[in-house]
Amino acid sequence: MSDAQQRAIRCLVAKVGLDGHDRGAHVIARAFRDAGFEVVYTGLHNTPAAVVQAAVQEDVDVLGISILSGAHNTLVPQILEGLADHGALDDTLVLVGGTIPEDDAAHLRELGVAAVFGPGTSLQETVDFVREHVPAR
Amino acid sequence: MTPAALAEGVLAGDQRALARAITVVENREPGARELLSRLHPHRGGAAVVGVTGSPGTGKSTLVDRLAKAYRAKDLTVGVVAVDPASPFSGGAVLGDRIRMTGGDMDVFVRSMSARGSLGGLSAATADAVAVLDAFGKDRIVVETVGAGQNEVDVVRTADTVVVLVTPQSGDDVQMLKAGILEIGDVFVVNKADLAGAGRTVRDLEEMVHLAGGRVGSHRDGGEGAGWTPPVVETVATEGEGIDDLVAALDDHRALLEDSGRLDRRARERDAETLRRLLREDVGRLVEAELSARGGLEAAVDRIEAGETTPYDLAAELVAPFERLERELAGE
Repeated sequence: MSDAQQRAIRCLVAKVGLDGHDRGAHVIARAFRDAGFEVVYTGLHNTPAAVVQAAVQEDVDVLGISILSGAHNTLVPQILEGLADHGALDDTLVLVGGTIPEDDAAHLRELGVAAVFGPGTSLQETVDFVREHVPAR
Repeated sequence: MTPAALAEGVLAGDQRALARAITVVENREPGARELLSRLHPHRGGAAVVGVTGSPGTGKSTLVDRLAKAYRAKDLTVGVVAVDPASPFSGGAVLGDRIRMTGGDMDVFVRSMSARGSLGGLSAATADAVAVLDAFGKDRIVVETVGAGQNEVDVVRTADTVVVLVTPQSGDDVQMLKAGILEIGDVFVVNKADLAGAGRTVRDLEEMVHLAGGRVGSHRDGGEGAGWTPPVVETVATEGEGIDDLVAALDDHRALLEDSGRLDRRARERDAETLRRLLREDVGRLVEAELSARGGLEAAVDRIEAGETTPYDLAAELVAPFERLERELAGE
């Protein structure tokens, strides 16, 4: 009985760099919680190293990075590299949300981001995507 | 990853293995017991500090500062932060993560949700602490909202309990009602730059004095009785008073060591673990017996139909084990 498995999808919602706009991150965190996920929220102004640290230590299935500053081409690759250094890139579903131009989004997907969600994406769409693509353990 | 490989990774200092190991024990995944069993001999005697207080008292900020102070002394730190889960979705938003120590891998922070852990939240926390201890952390901080019995049990898995209050958080009767006097080894008045801080400190000191030292983990007297919980003033956001808090924690730790109480606590913990494991095992055996006889629902149907009572049925289900036990004893 007590050894029965109980497992919720664990997510890290991260704000990185000099970007003080956290409404989107809050809304996503709440939607994930209401979907039954466990959500760790980093708060604002994190370095890529701090996000990697949190993702690895919290052993999350999903890392959602919210960026509205335009620095995604610099910050996201650094996070992906950090995850790879810890052997965590392959089984972490990395999502990016924010204002990302399509050309950049394609580039980020090539680097290992599973999906890029722009303005107007419905919460249900995001939750469904996570449920469908969460890495098997 | 097998439990053996995971344990090896933890003992070799691998961050990812440590993170995975905590997931395994938290979720009671298959292999959790083997993992804990392999790590058990490697417990290194980390000093475990519990921090509790109402929402908004500044626990996370204080723990953050505490971790930073320990790092300045070149001590490695593990933090287990327990937050409540939503009673509706079962999901949880697990606090702001520690930020000042962000990027420093020698501070390991793990958030846990107080979802309906079958093995008990305090057991899951204690197991996570055991893994961090075996990993080699020098200091481990368990942080939880002091809202209910569950959380009080969690924080009491620590050797030293810090209770956090803020000025004007209610009069002394409120504090007595909340039961915090009973569990605190060290009291912290955080946000001590706010008006009314002096009064809160005096109220606390008076209560500690009236209790005659029979508070905190020493309320039962015995070795180490006579510890008077200090009341420390901090402004965690500014880092003020953190050195005083570290000194108070060190003092309490020294008292636990010198009085032999630390060893006694370790014995108590092992005894409690053994009791818990036995309860789980026996429970599983009996559940198997129950499902072999058609399961819980069918059993309840019989009770509702008036064929039997819960009391008779329980005795009936346990009878085979009792018979076996008698046979083994009689051979």
